[in-house]
Amino acid sequence: MTDSSAPILVLVEVSPAGTVLPSAAGLLGAAAGIGTPVALVVAPAAVSAAAAERAAELGAARVLVADRPAGSPLLAPVVDALAAAAASVSPDAVLISSSSEGRDIAARFAVRSGAALAVDVVSVSRDEEGPVAHHSVYGGAYLVDSAATSGTLVATVRQGAIEARAAAQTPSIEQLDVTPSGKRDVEVVDYQATVTASDRPELRGAKTVVSGGRGVGSAENFALVEQLADALGAAVGASRAAVDAGYVPASYQVGQTGVTVSPRLYIAVGISGAIQHRAGMQTAKTIVAINKDADAPIFEIADFGVVGDLFTVVPQLIDAISAKKD
Amino acid sequence: MKIVVLVKEVPDTWGDRRLNLETGLLERGAGELVLDEIGERAIEVALTYAEANSGSEVVVLAMGPASVPTNLRKGLAMGADRAIHILDDALIGADTTLTATTLAAALSHEGFDLVIAGNVSTDGGGAVIPSMVAELLDVPAATGLSTVAITATDVTGRRDTEVGSYTVKAALPAVVSITEALPDARFPSFKGIMAAKKKPLDTLTLADLAATSGASGEDAHSIVISLAERPARAAGVTIVDEGDAGTQLAEFLAKNQLI
Ligand SMILES: Cc1cc2nc3c(=O)[nH]c(=O)nc-3n(C[C@H](O)[C@H](O)[C@H](O)COP(=O)(O)OP(=O)(O)OC[C@H]3O[C@@H](n4cnc5c(N)ncnc54)[C@H](O)[C@@H]3O)c2cc1C
Ligand SMILES: Cc1cc2nc3c(=O)[nH]c(=O)nc-3n(C[C@H](O)[C@H](O)[C@H](O)COP(=O)(O)OP(=O)(O)OC[C@H]3O[C@@H](n4cnc5c(N)ncnc54)[C@H](O)[C@@H]3O)c2cc1C
Repeated sequence: MTDSSAPILVLVEVSPAGTVLPSAAGLLGAAAGIGTPVALVVAPAAVSAAAAERAAELGAARVLVADRPAGSPLLAPVVDALAAAAASVSPDAVLISSSSEGRDIAARFAVRSGAALAVDVVSVSRDEEGPVAHHSVYGGAYLVDSAATSGTLVATVRQGAIEARAAAQTPSIEQLDVTPSGKRDVEVVDYQATVTASDRPELRGAKTVVSGGRGVGSAENFALVEQLADALGAAVGASRAAVDAGYVPASYQVGQTGVTVSPRLYIAVGISGAIQHRAGMQTAKTIVAINKDADAPIFEIADFGVVGDLFTVVPQLIDAISAKKD
Repeated sequence: MKIVVLVKEVPDTWGDRRLNLETGLLERGAGELVLDEIGERAIEVALTYAEANSGSEVVVLAMGPASVPTNLRKGLAMGADRAIHILDDALIGADTTLTATTLAAALSHEGFDLVIAGNVSTDGGGAVIPSMVAELLDVPAATGLSTVAITATDVTGRRDTEVGSYTVKAALPAVVSITEALPDARFPSFKGIMAAKKKPLDTLTLADLAATSGASGEDAHSIVISLAERPARAAGVTIVDEGDAGTQLAEFLAKNQLI
């Protein structure tokens, strides 16, 4: 039998400004389901206390804190702290967000500690032999379970995939001693924080997503997609063709090489439904498509399809939604 | 400057991608096996530098099964100078750590100033191999770059993440991984295709690299313990707009409690 109160180490990602990233809630929720969540916060000293308290609020029974001084190399302080935390805690599993930073840190930590790595995990559970990682691969066509042959399971967890949340804990915060590994790393020459202009939900994990494609025609026209999203309280996504055409930033891209979403409702506007786009959204509960081409492949997977011009259908839809809400 | 480009052979995303429900391995033969698009873009970055800087060498490196050489020839036809294929039965079903250990062994065997990889593959999708390789070789890894500027001594680029946009710089030797924001790869010319036939393509085994598969059981590995296929989605209703489709769609959403 494995011990279901065994420590599960969670790397809590903190922005340079000190904000605990949204992925932390799901990671700690997942950890609480298979053991006792222990959080690691690696942040500039000035913001780490607040971040550690936030981690406890999100369910960490213990929080280990290490410094990430301004001007330090990009990731070395975090990888070194994670190695120190794992050595001190001996966790059954280490859960890390499948984010830009998280994946790099998980990669370096897994080979440094000789641990097995499960990638892009959508949930975790436990069997008689230990932690099990669940994956949804090839656009959700297959559900795969994986495990480590021995030792700690390190997993990168798909952002927004986990709905479980852990109960808040009384903060128990400890400073962690970290010996720098001296591993070579990159230098940060410049950093510009992303300014989020709207209070729209995040694409990852959103309940409703409205995406626009090349059919939307221009960056200006994309406002129509955003208006529909706002009428539904939805996040905004896009096809790769819309990103390539410069209508929206790359972070909006849904699909094979973009974000994978699994919302309650997905509305595709002026998107043909190429296989690589479908790979990122076809596990949505309900799919709606608006496209003027009746042969567009998106209709093959749509629960409700409208063959029509988006510039007449979408404004009417927005009006009808507003009317229903009043 | 010696640039090694890491390319992965993957099932074509345009085709049918299947996993064998018994072995958990990729069903080779279900669809076409191609060079991952991001790997072709990585070759493009290397060739662009090499063309502007004489004395550069571009080597394409792939670990994979017997089908790989055909795809490596494409890299040679685009303009790479040499290709290396790591082929060994002990690598069938390799996980990320075994893949990275093997690639790192080949890279130290070969030597390099710069390694260029894709940020993420379209099949395994781990986005971890470049950092793993860098950790094993103790070199910096500038990953997820959407711009790349290479000089004789370092490489600089923009790295966009969830929190912001970084400009990062790594002293050579280094590993970088690139995103699809970088240009599409060139098509091989007829001349390039002819020339590729005469370019060296070496095959290496684990023994050649003095590496092991870790099968002795000392290293932990990630293994598939179960696999299921999700049923395909069926189409629902499709209406043709006759002036009231927006209203009808709103009705559908309301009826399904989606508003
Ligand atoms: C390796 C690889 C990875 C990829 N990854 C992704 C990915 O992550 N995400 C992704 O989206 N794509 C991805 N692609 C690209 C994909 O193959 C398609 O090229 C892309 O999805 C097309 O985007 P689109 O549907 O917006 O454009 P198009 O295919 O050009 O479709 C535009 C649609 O708009 C419709 N339209 C035009 N005007 C109107 C109007 N007025 N009203 C209504 N409808 C209208 C047209 O009928 C058409 O169906 C990838 C491709 C490769 C090879
Ligand atoms: C559906 C699926 C799920 C998988 N899940 C896991 C898992 O959870 N854990 C695990 O350990 N393994 C997993 N694997 C195995 C893993 O995909 C392979 O080990 C693979 O060789 C490397 O991982 P990646 O595809 O994630 O590469 P990424 O890290 O996504 O690849 C990034 C870049 O690294 C380079 N690269 C990657 N592989 C090679 C190669 N063979 N030769 C040359 N360059 C290469 C390329 O430049 C590529 O663009 C999975 C495989 C599949 C098909």
